[in-house]
Order: sequence, then C-alpha cells, then structure tokens
Amino acid sequence: MIPLSHYLVVGALLFAISVVGIFINRKNLVIILMAIELLLLAANMNFVAFSYYLGDLSGQVFVFFILTVAAAEAAVGLAILIVLFRTRRSINVQDLDRLQG
Amino acid sequence: MTLASLNLWVIAPEILLSTVACLVLLIDLFMPADQRPGVGYPLTLVALLGAGMASLMGLDNGSITALNELVISDGVGSVLKAGTGIGAAGVLVYSQEYARARGLWRAEYLVLILFAVVGMMTMIGANHLLTLYIGLELLALCLYSMIGMQKDSVRAAEAAMKYFVLGALASGILLYGMSLLYGLTGSLSLAELASSSGALAPTNLPLLTAVVLIVAGLLFKLGVVPFHMWVPDVYDGSATSTTLFLSSVPKLAAFAIMLRLLAYGLGDWVTAWQDMLAIAAVLSISVGNVVAIAQTSIKRMLGYSTISHMGFLLLGFLGGNIHGYSASLSYVVIYTVITLGAFGIILLLSRPQFESDALNDLKGLNHRRPGLAFLMLIVMFSLAGVPPTAGFFAKLLVLQAAFENGFVWTVIVAVVMAVVGAFYYLRVVKLMYFDLPDEDGQVVSSPELQRGSHAVRWVLTVNVLSLVLIVPWIGNLVDWLTRTLEGFGRL
Repeated sequence: MIPLSHYLVVGALLFAISVVGIFINRKNLVIILMAIELLLLAANMNFVAFSYYLGDLSGQVFVFFILTVAAAEAAVGLAILIVLFRTRRSINVQDLDRLQG
Repeated sequence: MTLASLNLWVIAPEILLSTVACLVLLIDLFMPADQRPGVGYPLTLVALLGAGMASLMGLDNGSITALNELVISDGVGSVLKAGTGIGAAGVLVYSQEYARARGLWRAEYLVLILFAVVGMMTMIGANHLLTLYIGLELLALCLYSMIGMQKDSVRAAEAAMKYFVLGALASGILLYGMSLLYGLTGSLSLAELASSSGALAPTNLPLLTAVVLIVAGLLFKLGVVPFHMWVPDVYDGSATSTTLFLSSVPKLAAFAIMLRLLAYGLGDWVTAWQDMLAIAAVLSISVGNVVAIAQTSIKRMLGYSTISHMGFLLLGFLGGNIHGYSASLSYVVIYTVITLGAFGIILLLSRPQFESDALNDLKGLNHRRPGLAFLMLIVMFSLAGVPPTAGFFAKLLVLQAAFENGFVWTVIVAVVMAVVGAFYYLRVVKLMYFDLPDEDGQVVSSPELQRGSHAVRWVLTVNVLSLVLIVPWIGNLVDWLTRTLEGFGRL
C-alpha cells in the first residue's frame, strides 16, 4: 500500500508549482488561471489522502464543494479575462500597469 | 433526523436574501423594462433591512447550532449579521444615483450585493471549515464580478483581475492550511478543533505550518502588510460605488472569520499565531500610514488608510482573550460606520462625467457645500482618532487591550504611527477649509451642485453625525457589544 506521505508530497509539489507559476510568470494571464486551479487541486489531494487514511468521509465531501467552487472561480476568472482583453487587446501580465501597484 | 432538528430558523436571514435574489433576477427577466427600476431596488432594500433585523432576534438565545452543527447562532454573530444587512442597505442608498449614471445599476448589481451579503452571513455564522470556506468564496466571487461589471473601464478590468488572482491565491493558501489542519486533528468542525487542542503542542511543526498558511490566507483577505498589494489598486480602480461596498461591510465578515477560525478554532494555540499577528499589525500600521501621505487620489489614500486600520483591528487579537476580541469588535463596527460615511460623501460629490476622487477636488469645499465639508471633517477626525469622535474610543480600546496583554512596543509604534497618520487626514480638512478651488476645477462652475435626493442626504447626515452623537453613550455601546461575546467559545 502506498503510504500517506507519498500523497502529501504530491500535494506539496502541486502547491509549490502553482505558487511559483503565479509569481514567476510574466507572460500570460491564462497560465495564472491554470496555476490557481492547480492550487485548489493540491488542497484536494491532501483532503482526499487524509480522508482515506483517517477513515473519515467529511474530507471527501469537502472536496466536492471545492471542485464546485473551482468551477465557479474559473468562470468568473475567464469572464474578467475577456473584459480585460476587450478593453486592452492584450492578456500579457506586464501590460497590467495602469494602476501603479 | 427530522426537518425540525435542522433548526432552519437560524439561517432565516440567508434564506430570505437568497430567495429575494432569485426574485430580483426573475423580475428583471419578465417585467417590462420601464417598470423594473421601481421594483427591484425597494425589494432589495427591504430584504436587506429585514434580514438584518431578523438576525437580531437571535441575540438573546445563547449559542444554538443548526444544520448538523455546520452553522451557529450566537450573540456576536447576530450583531455582525445585523450590521452586514443594514450596512449593505446603506451602501445601496448611497450608490444608487452614482451607479445609475454610469450604467451599473442593473438587476445583476443588486443580485451580486444580495449574494455577497449571503456569503458574509454564512461566514459570520460558520461553525465548520466547510461553511467558512463556502461563505468566503461566495463573497469573493461576488466582489470580483461587481468590479468587473464596469465593462468599458480599463482600470476596473485591471483592478478586477488583480483582485481575482490575489484573492484566489489567498483562498488557495487558506484551503491548503485547512487541509493540513484536517489531517492533524481529523476534524473539520471548529468546535472539535477547539476541543482537540490538548493532543498537539503549539510548537508541533506540522501544526505550525498549517497555522502559518491559514494566517497568511486570512491576512491576504484582510489586506494587511505584507499581503496588502491589492488594496490600493482595487480601491482606486473600481467604480466608487463598488469601492464603498467592498471597503465597508466585508470588514465585519473579515472580523468574524478571524474570530471563528483563529480565536475559536485555533484559540488554544494562541502562542502559535499571536507573534505573527503582532508583526503584521505593526508593519500594517506603519506602511499604511506612511505611504498614504504620498497619495493624490482620495480613494487610494483611503485604501492605505484601510491597511492601517486593519492593523489596528489585529491589535485586539494579540492577547487571545475575550477582552481584546470585544475591543476589536467595537473597532470594526465603528470603522464600518466611518467608511460608509467617507465613501458616501465622495459619491455625493461626484457627477455623471466627474469622479471627484482626487484630493484637489476637495479644495475649497467649505465655500461650495459647507454641510458636506463639515460631515467630511467629522469623518476625517474619526479616521484619525481625534478625541470627541467615536474613532478615538475605538483606537483607545484596542490599544488598551494590546497594552494589557503585554505588547508594549507594538502599542508605542501604533501610537506614533497614528500621529503620522493624522497628517494626511488633517490635510484633507485643510484643503476643504483653507484652500481655494483650482481655476480649472469644474466643480466650481457646475450648475448642478445640489445633487443627491433628500433621503440620501438625510441618511448620510445621520450616519456621520452618529459618530459624534454616540460619544456620551459610547460606554453603553461597548458594554453591549462586549455582552454579545459572553457565550463565545463555550457551547
């Protein structure tokens, strides 16, 4: 049987990849949206692994809700992306400079 | 399990608001276009006020859980829910004219506000990590969409994108922390988390990892340094009516999530998170107040001011005791009233083609509209914490709580920075009372200066004057708010 730690390492790797993907990426906003999805999947991985090893179903129920929220979040994110592309004709991260932040 | 055992009346305000949100959407679909504005707006207003009043009914019932312990109704929850309902109604009253002139006043706007309030109420009444997360996301998704609704504005689209990416990152980090916490304690219920603390020491490394991730996620949502980058951009880029909404009422929900998750769920591990909060509070108060001096836009300035105020809010959490939480509760309630007034005045000053969001637009306001200038004076004094206003007592309470818990250096830095902050609040007063309007200021020559219907001006006046008139009874208000926390943490 695969030990719990293997799953946790996969979850941690997914988490690290997505955070790096959000911060290092200077090119494309779609990649940031993908990284955000990955972040939620990392949490899901942990929840399911813990849920199985603890013999407690509530973690898996939580995952269903997270998946739903992730779908809603992707919808809103893509909608904002379209608004941004219409006003700016670009989805390059570096072009987001109108507000001096 | 029967329907009665679910205690559905506990979430009656949320049910009411969700129903009305669906109704408003249906009305928009089926009613002729010329009759729509007369129905959706009053309906939303009545529903928000009704939900606010209905949640006050749970005030004296003690702590009651419902929906298989997913949600809880207690004193502090009832007060905060009532605050969100009534505050959101105030937001609607203030923003109606502004949003209508900019084509934002559609049924979707009302629906998004209603669902955002449902999200906030869910967060406030959460007794389980699942409800906490769902409420948080419902609020956040509504806020992203509200900012993005201004489709022709480049700045709004950019603000929405920045808010979305950072907000989603924050909830992802929070969620990852929650998953670790679940693995460590085997439970998602906040009550069980609170009672399982004996098994794990606060120095346990996996636990510390989970706590760090959760605190980072929460601080992101609060907009506290070092996670504050989004606040000024989002405040500045959104339409002022949206800024009004996202800067005022959600702070009540942010306080509630801190209270439920940190103070209650992780309450026994207070030593694991109090130092993090102390550092974040000091940085936040310093950076917020210093950087605000350099701003030329009122909205940006108030954004940085929010950062510093959220730092003050954290001061009450440092000690991990009821005394501090009640100070923070008073702070967040008073702060919400002040913010409603501040953005309400800016909304009343702007006109269809003119935003009135630069500091120079306030020059000589006293000559043009002495009444509004006086209200702005009270708001600025309250934000700065000048004595005869409620803002002073709010600051005093949190500083006192932090001092009594031994965070002396934190308090000293906070007081020094509050003095620095007084500079830019008083600069606004100077601009209004001692400067003359710019030559090219279109404000001066405008024939339609007397804007805002009577109702709006009355609500605004009552809102702002209450900050001064409450002072003789401020002790009673604080006592009342403290009493709502009495049953907190014990079921």
